Amino acid sequence: MTTQRVNSSSRRTFLQGGAAAGGALFVGFVLPGCSAFDDPAVAAAAKAPPTPAAPTSAMPNAWIRVGSDNSVTILCARSEMGQGTFTSMPTLIAEELEVDLSKVKVEMAPAGELYINAMLGGQLTGGSTSVKDAYDRLRVAGAQARIVLVQAAADRWKVDPSQCRAQDAVVTGPAGQKATYGELAAAASKLTPPKEPKLKDPKSFRYVGKWVPRFDTPAKCDGSAEFGIDAKVPGMLTAALAQSPAFGGKVARFDAAKAKAMPGVRHVVQISSGVAVVADTYWQAKQALIAADVQWDDGPNAKLSSEAIAAEVRQAANRAGSPTFKKVGDADKAMKSAAKRLEAGYDIPYTAHVTMEPMNFIADVRADSCLLVGPTQFQQLAQGLTANLLKMKPEQVQVRTTFLGGGFGRRVEVDFVLQAVEISKAAGVPVKLIWSREDDMTHDVYRPISHIRLTAGLDKAGKPVAFKYSHAGPSVTKRMFPAFVKDGVDPFMLEAAPIPYDIPNQTGTVAIHDTPVPTGFWRSVSHGLNAFANESFIDEMAAAARKDPVEYRRALLAKEPKYLRVLNLAAEKSGWGKPLPAGRKQGIAVMEGYGTYLAQVAEVSVSSGGEIKLHRMVVVADVGATVNPNIVQQQIESSVVYGMGAAMYDQITVKQGRVQQTNFHDYRVPRMNEVPQIEIHLIADGDKPGGIGEPVTALVAPSVANAVFAITGKRLRKLPLRLA
Amino acid sequence: MVTLTVNGTARSADVDAATPLLWVLRENLQMTGTKFGCGMALCGACTVHLDGKPVRSCSTPVSAVAGRKVTTIEAIGQSATGRKVQAAWKDIDVPQCGYCQSGQIMAAVALLEEKGKPTDADIDAAMSGNICRCGTYPRIRAAIHQAAGTKGA
Repeated sequence: MTTQRVNSSSRRTFLQGGAAAGGALFVGFVLPGCSAFDDPAVAAAAKAPPTPAAPTSAMPNAWIRVGSDNSVTILCARSEMGQGTFTSMPTLIAEELEVDLSKVKVEMAPAGELYINAMLGGQLTGGSTSVKDAYDRLRVAGAQARIVLVQAAADRWKVDPSQCRAQDAVVTGPAGQKATYGELAAAASKLTPPKEPKLKDPKSFRYVGKWVPRFDTPAKCDGSAEFGIDAKVPGMLTAALAQSPAFGGKVARFDAAKAKAMPGVRHVVQISSGVAVVADTYWQAKQALIAADVQWDDGPNAKLSSEAIAAEVRQAANRAGSPTFKKVGDADKAMKSAAKRLEAGYDIPYTAHVTMEPMNFIADVRADSCLLVGPTQFQQLAQGLTANLLKMKPEQVQVRTTFLGGGFGRRVEVDFVLQAVEISKAAGVPVKLIWSREDDMTHDVYRPISHIRLTAGLDKAGKPVAFKYSHAGPSVTKRMFPAFVKDGVDPFMLEAAPIPYDIPNQTGTVAIHDTPVPTGFWRSVSHGLNAFANESFIDEMAAAARKDPVEYRRALLAKEPKYLRVLNLAAEKSGWGKPLPAGRKQGIAVMEGYGTYLAQVAEVSVSSGGEIKLHRMVVVADVGATVNPNIVQQQIESSVVYGMGAAMYDQITVKQGRVQQTNFHDYRVPRMNEVPQIEIHLIADGDKPGGIGEPVTALVAPSVANAVFAITGKRLRKLPLRLA
Repeated sequence: MVTLTVNGTARSADVDAATPLLWVLRENLQMTGTKFGCGMALCGACTVHLDGKPVRSCSTPVSAVAGRKVTTIEAIGQSATGRKVQAAWKDIDVPQCGYCQSGQIMAAVALLEEKGKPTDADIDAAMSGNICRCGTYPRIRAAIHQAAGTKGA
């Protein structure tokens, strides 16, 4: 991965320039430790964006607000979409700040340069990076705040700070003097902390690595948690939007007068993506939108079908001469002299995100400012592109982030944010745009349809001597982060594409094949595509060699201790090779993703009607280190279930330019009665955390496919996995 | 004008009689704990109790609830079963994104009111109409067993 530093001012320029240049945005990676973020306290004084701070509070740095009543509020700069950042981020700060975590209040941070994710170069929640990015930096921020608070106490008592001790938001001096953080915060906020404070030995962690209850749980059990769809701003009206059923279609005509005559309707406006009705309530807006009877010109994609696209993508993967990203030895030569040659193509369809909370956002566009309120994974993109659209400066656009009713990559996009901005501007009122489930399913950015063609040459003993990988599909990166696509190679199509197996001759090629169907980052991104192909194919190689799948992998991973460790533990914990309940077989898959090493064993049966049932999933995850092992476990459980959908049920198809699935009746998602027994074995004896929000998702399909092969002898190379 | 009883209080709303109960609760009565998920009674996010029985408020016209008792997530903690379920939910840290959890809790309370000691099969039957995209199902099952004082499979 190319690493590139972009400083704050050039990043802002890029935001505007990139957007102006065709809707694309570049956000560069920034090396951890190289950003403007280095010194939060100093930077905060100069650059902290306005926060809803009470007048009697002070901010020792941009993350922490201490009230005169000694209340401690920690700001969370990573969107809470279920993955636990609202708890894990404050935990890292509190650990070094020396406060009682159970008494801390947590608030979402505003959009601001200070709050960027240094691994992603933007205020973006994604890529399973939140904890990895924050692990050192937020502990440093907590320590810096504690140090200035202690210094303020020492100054007050005219003693050396080393004689003072901080605990539970109180500083104690050598003569037993006591001062609360609340009493010290104002003075502390004027002091400059050390750039590199000494951090605690992990052995003395009070909260990090422990099962701390989630901060957001109580509000999510009594209906009081505020999601975007629940949020309000003064004077707000609600909008429903009709968008073209066919991708790229345009409004032909609509009956504005009829819609306007409906109860509660205040405005009927046309925007770039369709027709919006703005009414007192959503239900009124929705009814009036039906009355508006919008007619469409389907445009250039009126005949588009996913079946034809799948065939094109398959051809592109089979074509020679695509850009090469990997070459070791001479695969073609080795293939010719191989005793046995295997070849297989794997098909991955479009898949929708289907967050439980349909897309929505509030925009309040004024003459010289704009307030955005809602569920987003990408505050900076929402802010930047809104500013661009309104010809404002980013600082004129405020972003307030609510809880997200699911993200999974969908809310990295800001299409629905910009629609709300356009509607608010056109109607001249603050507007909350709400999508219906049908809008959400038919106007998603789908997991890219892809074909991966694999070839292997085995010697007489069944050992692989050559391996060739060829992948074709649309590139999300080309649209979102074009600077990452170099020489036709999109690194985000190639996650987990290089296999860990010791094979002396290998080539890897990739062909970007864009289509008019919008595609986006979907939980685990290309890990899910590549692991399905690679981990199915290594099983095919094992079968061709007449070897046990675990044994076969083990022999090829001799130089990969981290893989071996998870593989062996998964085999042991799953009872690999031992008798199973009648009709069941196991399948295994391994992968490294986001710095986490995984081995998963699926235990499956197949009914006489050909229905595949997943009974048990054993997950071994070497996550390096954890902030909150409970949340890590939640993420693994979540990923197994989410991955099941893509592996066994989910598929979006397109006919006549339109998505055919519209709601949960024709887009099947996993339900209570279908969920397997999930057994999790965590390894966390390293010193850095790996990402865990996504990778487990990727191994559900190959492990289940491998188990289905073990039962039926049929190799399923197409998702969703279906026998009938 | 439609009048209805929500969480023990008589309320009225100036809406068309066909307006779904969900939107009356959320928009006219400002009770946003009940969630919009699909609009077609397919996902359970909008589950409320009507005379103690779970119904999908997104597909229940407000006219159909006149004279009947509506209970929502905002008041479910007032019943003993509701309190037990919420306590188990918190103890096990069930929610992730949390969006579906109002509906899950309403469905779970209705199940436990009906069957004090549900089996796993009872839980499957009662809860498989409630979708959770975060996949909190194993914890929902565990929390229901905990609230019921039963040991899960």
